[in-house]
Amino acid sequence: MSINRRGFLKLVAGTGVAGAAAAVGTPQAQASDDFSGHPDRFGVLCDLSKCIGCRSCEEACDNQNKLGKDPAYFADEKVMDTTRRSAHNMFTFVNKFQPTKDGQPDGGPVYVKNQCMHCDEPACFSACLAKAFDKTPEGAVVYNSWKCIGCRYCMQACPFYIPAYEYHEAFTPRVRKCTMCHDRIKEGGVPACVETCPMDAIVFGKRSDMLKIATKRILNDSGYEDHIYGQYEVGGTCWMYISKKPFDQLGFKMNLGNTALPKLTYGYLATIPVMHITLPIILAGFYAITKGRKNGQDKGVK
Amino acid sequence: MNVRAESFDLKSWIRENIFLGKSIGEYVKSLITPFNLITGLILAVGIPVIAYRMIYGLGVSTNLSDTNPWGMWLAFDMFFGVAVATGGFIMVVGVYIFGRHDYKSMVRPAILTGFLGYFFAIMGLAIDLGRWWALPMPFYTLGTASVLFLVAEHLALYLTIQFFEFLPAVVEWLGLNKIRHYLHKIHIGLVILGSVLVMGHQSALGGMFMLMPSRLHPLWYSNYLPHLFFASCIAGGLAMLVVESMLSHKVFGHQVKEDDHEKIHKMTMGLGKAAGFTLFAYFALKVLSIIHGGHWEHLHTVWGAWLGVEVIGFVLLPLFMFTYAVRNDSSRWVRIASIWTVLGILVNRFNVVVVGLNWNAPEVYVPSWMEVMASLTLVTIGVWVFRWVMNRMPVLYRLPEFPDED
Repeated sequence: MSINRRGFLKLVAGTGVAGAAAAVGTPQAQASDDFSGHPDRFGVLCDLSKCIGCRSCEEACDNQNKLGKDPAYFADEKVMDTTRRSAHNMFTFVNKFQPTKDGQPDGGPVYVKNQCMHCDEPACFSACLAKAFDKTPEGAVVYNSWKCIGCRYCMQACPFYIPAYEYHEAFTPRVRKCTMCHDRIKEGGVPACVETCPMDAIVFGKRSDMLKIATKRILNDSGYEDHIYGQYEVGGTCWMYISKKPFDQLGFKMNLGNTALPKLTYGYLATIPVMHITLPIILAGFYAITKGRKNGQDKGVK
Repeated sequence: MNVRAESFDLKSWIRENIFLGKSIGEYVKSLITPFNLITGLILAVGIPVIAYRMIYGLGVSTNLSDTNPWGMWLAFDMFFGVAVATGGFIMVVGVYIFGRHDYKSMVRPAILTGFLGYFFAIMGLAIDLGRWWALPMPFYTLGTASVLFLVAEHLALYLTIQFFEFLPAVVEWLGLNKIRHYLHKIHIGLVILGSVLVMGHQSALGGMFMLMPSRLHPLWYSNYLPHLFFASCIAGGLAMLVVESMLSHKVFGHQVKEDDHEKIHKMTMGLGKAAGFTLFAYFALKVLSIIHGGHWEHLHTVWGAWLGVEVIGFVLLPLFMFTYAVRNDSSRWVRIASIWTVLGILVNRFNVVVVGLNWNAPEVYVPSWMEVMASLTLVTIGVWVFRWVMNRMPVLYRLPEFPDED
C-alpha cells in the first residue's frame, strides 16, 4: 500500500513537463507519508551519561573525512567554552552543558556529541529539487555533489542545523555533513567515531537493536530520563540519545514534533495537479463566455 | 517597414530603429543625462562586484553563513521581485479571459515589466547559487518531492511563456508579418497555461517554508503560507502596475496621444479598486492564519510588535488608502497606496525569508554592502533594458501596420 501511495505522490508532484519525464524513470524509494524506514537500517545510540568530553570522536572524524584541522585543536579544551555548530570542516562536535536544578548546578557538566541525525524521512532529502541526497538502505543520509545546484534549501530545511557549506569555494562549493561513514558501514565496519570512543558512549548496530539497548538501560536504571531522543523526533532518526539529565538543558531542540517534516508539504503538493487540470478548463470556459459575448455584440444579438 | 521589401537598407534600418534616427555621435551625446550618470555610477561599481562574486565565491562577497544560508539576493531579487512581477499575468487574464478590453493599452507594458521582473529575479538567483552552472540539473534528476522543484519548473516555463507573450511587439518592430500571424494563433493558449503556472509557482514560493516549522518564527509559519503568498502577489502585482504605468507615462508619455489622461485615470482607479479588494482578502487570510496558528504567547514579544507593524502598517494602512482613494475618485491616492503596498510586500518577504527565519539562532544576518550593490545593479540593468525596449518597440502604442487583433 505504501508503494502505491508513494508512487502516486511522486506522480502528482511532478505533473507538467517533469511528470511525463518522471513517468519513464525508474521508481526509487522516496520519503512519503507512511514510509516506516528501511527495515535493516543501522543506527547509533549515544549515552550521554557515559561521555567524558575527550573529543577523540572529533579527531577520528577529522582523520576519516580528511577535514584538515590542526591536531592541536582537539587537545584544546577551551573550544568547548562556546557552543559550536557543524562546519564544512567539522562534521561532529562535542558541546559542554552544565545542567541546573532549582538554580543550583545539578552534578557535573554533560558532554553532548552532535552530528547529522540521519533522519528516517530527511527534510534535506525532500527539500532538494535535484535529488542530491539519498537515504540509503543502511540508514545513512548521503549527499552527491554532482547533482547539487547550490540553492542551500537543504541547509534551511534541516531542523538540527547540520548541513554546512563551502562558502570559500568559488566554483564547486559542496554541502558538507556527516555521512555516518557510509563507505565503512557498507563494508561491514562501524563509523570512525564509534570505533574510537574509549567509553563506549556511542554504540553502533541495527537501529531496532539500539532501541532495545536504550529501553533496557532506562528500565534498569531509574536515573535515566524516560525519553529516547530520536526515536520519534521528526518521524524518527538513526542517531538516538539517552541521558540522565533533562534534554532541554543540553541544547536539544524540544520543539520539533514527531511528524516527519516532508509530510508537511505533501498536502500542498497534491493540490497542484488538481489545479493544473481544473484551472485551464475554468479559464477556457470564461474565455468562451467572453468571446461569445463579443461575437454576439458584433452580430447585434443581445 | 517590412524588412523583406526590395528597398530594404540595413544601414538606414539600424539608424532608424537602434539609434532612434540619430547619428552615432548624436546618440551617444543624447545619453548624457543626470539619470544615466547616477545609474551608470551604480553599474560601474556593481558590475565589478558581481564579477568579484563570480570569480571569488560567496564567502568573500556575502554575509551568508551555515546558520543563515539565505540572504538578500533571495529575499529581494527572487521572493520580492517575483511577487511584484505578476502584473503581466493579471493584465492578460483580465483583458483576454474576462474581456476587460478597456485595459488593453496596459497589456504590453505589463508583460514587459513582468518578463524583465522574472528574468532579473532568475539572474539574482543565479548569482546566489553556489553551482549556478548546474542550474538545469533538476530537470535531469527530477527532485519531484521538493516544493522548490515546482517553483523551478513553473518559473522556467512561465519565463518562456512571457517571452512569447511579448514577442508580438518584437516582431512588429522588426516587421515580420508572418510570425506575427502565428503568434496570434497560439496567444490564448499561452495566456491560460501561463495563468496556471503563475498560481503554481507563486503559491509554491510560500509552500517552501512549510518544511521549516521549527526554523521559521511561529507568527509567520502557517499552513496558509501558499495562499498568503498568492494573495499578496496579486495585490503586489496590481500595485506595481499602477507604479509602473505612473512612471512610464511620465517618461514615455510623449509616445501616446494627449487625450489618454482621462483613460489613464480610469484605469488607475480600476486597478486601485482591485488592489483594495485583494488586500482585504489577504488581510483576512493573514489574520486567520495567525488565529489558526494559535501562538498568542509570541504576540506580546518584540516579534509580535514587528508583526503588528507589518500587518497594520503595510496591509491595513494601504487598504484604507485604497478605500479613501476610490471613495474620492483620487488617482493620486491610488498611486500613494500602491507605492506603500509594494513596500509592504518587500517587508513581508524579508520577514519570511530573512528576519523570521532562524529567529532563535544566535547569529543574525545583515547583508554585506556587496550584496546590496549587486541587487541594486540588477534592478538598474532591468530599468535600462526596459527603457531601451520602450524607446524602440511598439509597447505603449500600436503601429498602424499592425492593428490590434488579439
